[in-house]
Amino acid sequence: MIPRHMVIALAVLLVAALGLSIYAWHVRKTVIFSPITAAHDTRPLAPPVSGPTERVVLFVAHDEDGTLRGEPAQIPMPSGRQQRAEELLRALVSIYLDRSSPHPLGPGADIRSVFLVDPGVAVIDLNEAFADTHRSGVLVEGLTVASLIRTVTANTQGILKVKILVDGKERDTLAGHADLSSYYDVAAVNQLATELQPGQ
Amino acid sequence: MRSIEVQIKKADDSPRISRLCSKWRAALFGCLLIAWFALLSGPAPEKHLSVYSVAANYSLPLVQREGRNYVGLLELLEPLGRVSAKAEGNKWRLRYNNVQSEFQVGKTRARVQDREADLGSKFLMENGRGLVPVGSLASLLPRILGGPVSLHEVASRLFIGSVATHFTASLAGDNPARLVFHFSAPVNPSIATDNGILRMTFSREPLVGPASPTLTFGNKIIPSASYSESNGVAMVTVVAAAPVFATFGGDGRTITITPTSTPAQSTSAPTTSGGQPAAAGQPGTATPPTATPPPVPVFPAPRRYFAVVDASHGGDDHGETLSSTLLEKDVTVAIARSLRQELESRGITTFVLRDSDANLPVDQRAVFANADHAAIYIAIHASSSGHGVRVYTALLPFGEDDRGPFRSWTTAQHDILPMSQSTASSVASELQKRQIPVRALAAPLRPLNNVTRPAIAIEVAPQGSDVSQLTAPDYQQLVTSAVATAIAASRDQLGGAP
Repeated sequence: MIPRHMVIALAVLLVAALGLSIYAWHVRKTVIFSPITAAHDTRPLAPPVSGPTERVVLFVAHDEDGTLRGEPAQIPMPSGRQQRAEELLRALVSIYLDRSSPHPLGPGADIRSVFLVDPGVAVIDLNEAFADTHRSGVLVEGLTVASLIRTVTANTQGILKVKILVDGKERDTLAGHADLSSYYDVAAVNQLATELQPGQ
Repeated sequence: MRSIEVQIKKADDSPRISRLCSKWRAALFGCLLIAWFALLSGPAPEKHLSVYSVAANYSLPLVQREGRNYVGLLELLEPLGRVSAKAEGNKWRLRYNNVQSEFQVGKTRARVQDREADLGSKFLMENGRGLVPVGSLASLLPRILGGPVSLHEVASRLFIGSVATHFTASLAGDNPARLVFHFSAPVNPSIATDNGILRMTFSREPLVGPASPTLTFGNKIIPSASYSESNGVAMVTVVAAAPVFATFGGDGRTITITPTSTPAQSTSAPTTSGGQPAAAGQPGTATPPTATPPPVPVFPAPRRYFAVVDASHGGDDHGETLSSTLLEKDVTVAIARSLRQELESRGITTFVLRDSDANLPVDQRAVFANADHAAIYIAIHASSSGHGVRVYTALLPFGEDDRGPFRSWTTAQHDILPMSQSTASSVASELQKRQIPVRALAAPLRPLNNVTRPAIAIEVAPQGSDVSQLTAPDYQQLVTSAVATAIAASRDQLGGAP
């Protein structure tokens, strides 16, 4: 005769084992069907959260009304002029890669580097995924270009013209519309950014 | 004796040889004559079917099979609505909006919405293209389109719906009399004069003739005019006994034919029936004849087209993938054709830069617009994002300076940009009047910056979230009629652009 308390303990253990098995099966299923697994996630890492932060203005594109809005942000900024420009754009891109992005970019989009060449030239080098996965359209591409250039030039003094490269090479257009073959005139882009502000 | 006989034989042979030579010469001459005529005649002109409809006026090539003219049915219906076709073995299924049709290769009958339709000749399929005899369109299309269709089979002209343009001709004034044509819609024919004959060719207008093809006026200088149509074009020919020229008026609805000679000149320099000045010393000349011809009316060198409409993308460049079945390059062509129709109905000569699915580099598009000296260049784009219409002008890049008479390619638009912006504003306000959401912006969009003439781009997005609205003819027409109205209103300003 098995003691009563032994039967109860065995039953509790069986129920616990069954419950854990079901939970483990559920977790496994969730991982398998997850669209982005850690191994395949090509999104760039967020900027480092440590170090001194600085208040900057990011010009964020909003597709819902086709506007460009200057939005203050507090982000860690390195001391070098070139690295600062890179961090600014990476912070901007990380907004666009977020799930609640107002202007989504494709997975893997990133800024490879920014070169500041005197006198007054900035070269923004996008990675291939940025351009290859970018949505096509005059407005949607124009918003991206204006957002990148305005963000760099508003926070970096002395830039007069900007060239955008893709993976270190010249490219005709971003995604079939926005011209990347020429140098952007910063004054003209600033004017466009004004036109793109809400209420304009 | 023997030698004499030989000589006589030789002497007898010489006429035969000369006859043979002359035959060869005649044959050679004949061959040369045939070759000359063959060279002169050249290849037979390609046959076309001109289609006139409310949505668009366009022309399609005809192919001759088994002694009959055939046309691709899918190509014919494409500009008119949503159409798709599928070939399955011998069968070819066509869907136009909600109308299903089924054709079978080699059969003279087809099924349209479960009803038999007689084609009059065999249905053919070539490389997946369904070809129907042109003669069958008069009975086939009303069933597919659900509206009246009028086919001028001999002239290869097809009128879909009530689109025909009618005209009247009457003499006005006495000294000298002028022949005035009134048209029920604006027209813009090409005009040629030759030996007292003025010929107006209407290649895009749905012009139809009067009850009698010949009109007589009982006037000595302009005795008659006649209407004819062939190979997709209509022609009005004015016979005149003096050099005449044509002037346009009434927003393209009136063409006035006027003799160039004043009454005084007409008495002093009578003309031959061919319209050329009389030769020196002919009776009736009161003043000393001159060896030089009379002054020909000099008109400013006309630009070939007032507006160049550029259906952006094409070929390998699909533009935006608007939906799983809809590409931007296809929508831009449809909108460009609709805009051409709207502009031409307002008397504005228009050229659609890409009227087929062809690759056309942006540089080449700018080169054409610049070479043609068009008064306005309009690039068409379509988008699934946003609502309504965006009107763009060039966002000029940081360019190099112009060098002497040469302009920098990247900033060629610089000098004319204010006029482009003013035109874009006019277009935007006209769209706004029609309750279409609109924005006027600058855009880094080639080839706007490479065009030396006023240049704008129009990006059409659906009004709501349904992308299929971009293919709806009524929405396309709503947008294009607004754009055309604004361009027509700016015509004087644009026409005077340097």
